[in-house]
Amino acid sequence: MLTADPAAAARYRDLRKATRDGGADETLEVLRAMSTDIRLRIVTMIDRSQLGHIGGDLSVTDILVTLFGAVLDVDPEHPHDPGRDRFILSKGHCAAALYSTLSHCGYFPDAELDTFMAPLSALNGHPNRRKVPGVETNTGPLGHGFPVAVGTALAARLRGENRRTVVVLGDGEMQEGSNWEAAMTAGHYGLTSLTAVVDRNRLQQGARTEDTKTLEPLADKWTAFGWEARRVDGHDHAQLLAAFAPSATGRPVAVIADTVKGKGVSFMEDRVEWHHKVPDQQQVHAAIEELSR
Amino acid sequence: MTNTITAPAPVPAPVYDCRQVFAEELTALAREDSRVVAVCNDSVGSSNLTGFRDEFPDRLINVGIAEQDLVGVGAGLANGGLIPFVSAAGPFLTGRALEQIKADCAYSGHKVVLCGQSPGMAYGELGPTHHSIEDLSWLRAVADLPVLVPTDREQTRAAIRWAYAAEGPCYLRIPRFKVPDVIPPGAPFAPGRAVTLREGTDVTVIAIGTLVSRALDAARELAAEGISVRVLNTPFVDPLDEETVLRAAAETGALVTVEEATLSGGLGAAVASLVSQHRPVPMRLLGVNGFAPTGDAAFLLEHFGLTAEGIRRAVHQVLAAAVV
Repeated sequence: MLTADPAAAARYRDLRKATRDGGADETLEVLRAMSTDIRLRIVTMIDRSQLGHIGGDLSVTDILVTLFGAVLDVDPEHPHDPGRDRFILSKGHCAAALYSTLSHCGYFPDAELDTFMAPLSALNGHPNRRKVPGVETNTGPLGHGFPVAVGTALAARLRGENRRTVVVLGDGEMQEGSNWEAAMTAGHYGLTSLTAVVDRNRLQQGARTEDTKTLEPLADKWTAFGWEARRVDGHDHAQLLAAFAPSATGRPVAVIADTVKGKGVSFMEDRVEWHHKVPDQQQVHAAIEELSR
Repeated sequence: MTNTITAPAPVPAPVYDCRQVFAEELTALAREDSRVVAVCNDSVGSSNLTGFRDEFPDRLINVGIAEQDLVGVGAGLANGGLIPFVSAAGPFLTGRALEQIKADCAYSGHKVVLCGQSPGMAYGELGPTHHSIEDLSWLRAVADLPVLVPTDREQTRAAIRWAYAAEGPCYLRIPRFKVPDVIPPGAPFAPGRAVTLREGTDVTVIAIGTLVSRALDAARELAAEGISVRVLNTPFVDPLDEETVLRAAAETGALVTVEEATLSGGLGAAVASLVSQHRPVPMRLLGVNGFAPTGDAAFLLEHFGLTAEGIRRAVHQVLAAAVV
């Protein structure tokens, strides 16, 4: 099991103070800077490992940054505190984005990122809770994280805890039946502390989602399953922050976050081949240059 | 072999329903520990959870007919600090949610007690879709997941208490048939610990679950023929008591395994794999071969030779092989 980096955790506490106590402008400025840092980490990690799912990592970045930067009540130095909020990345193939976010927050030292997918590394290609603090359940095969999130939200209710559970799903992942089983259970139990976020980048491994198996009308589907659906620009921190406001309807909240696969790197954006293509050196330099602007 | 003696007529032992013990013990645990919850899939009745629900309505979570969700929710409840007993008919719990059992429970290390109800061919007439004979093979292949097959009331109680106290998840087969009490009180119940139910020197029969009493019946009949049978019970199919099994192979020179499960990967396969590498001896594996035909459970056990008579025959066969 990796352990926290106290200096990074202290910086994270300052960052959270800024997003909590600062004005709206300051909050957004901090989150934007964090997004830039996470995207640079992702490109660097995947360059070093020559493996990864860069397109989805870049589409989910602003969602993760908004959650860890301003929403979730977590402490990287006490990752197993029973009262922590639970965050579950159901689209586990985007582990690079999660690892980058966790190291940024101080769950483990940045240097670990260089070991991504190397032999015996704690940073598997998919998140492993027995090795990486901040990972709540092992994901990778799709359709797993959501039922587990429903279980943690049910546990919070049974134990009388106010904590939240947030699960991030891929849009292609919504083709898995287990997710709709989970949606039905959460709707039935009215789990208001549960938020499901769909990273709606409209591409899956092989093709566009709508050319593979139609997902729309996605918001209507969530609503029909007993959820409150909120549709936002998944790269707009202000809209995401508003979407993560607690439910006032007694229903769980589904945030459909419209995103762009490969966001931030113009030659990757909305292109199916960047699901898990690895950039060459020229592309890495171009990506870093573009993300650093 | 010694001279023939007449076996005393067996007195039918009273039989008991282990599902009742499951319900009683789980409810008792729930009274002792507010973290204990039951999770089921529209199986309140068939999982014998009606009393639990009546006493702890909030702590009985019914996810409906959705087994993948069932096991995932169980893992989440564990993550949230509760101790979930996830209960469903064995074939669907294990087959339909196999990947959830692997990824969400075993690989994630979430402490979920997976309770397979009506295992083996308890649902005989309903056909192979409803037979839970592959569960031992499937789950024995999953790392970090003990596989428990209790035999009678005493072992069912011990299994539930062990699962409750264990650090990680496990799979627990809840017997359906009424069975006599055959496990002596205080017998070991721990990973890698077998129970020696009868000493013997000519052959060892290793039996699990509801077939243990039949193995003992066979051993008594064989004693009357002058054949000395050791009877072992391994309530943990995984991890197996390797030391006791290898000692039995060495000391008795022949083994018979008896299980209400497919032969491709269950107890027999585990024992065969072990002894073939360390102490090869003749073996006979009794279990289910292929999909079962139509028939009630009693008929099907007879059909596959999972009876005292079938075990007796297998002992004769393995001894003949040992002599050659």
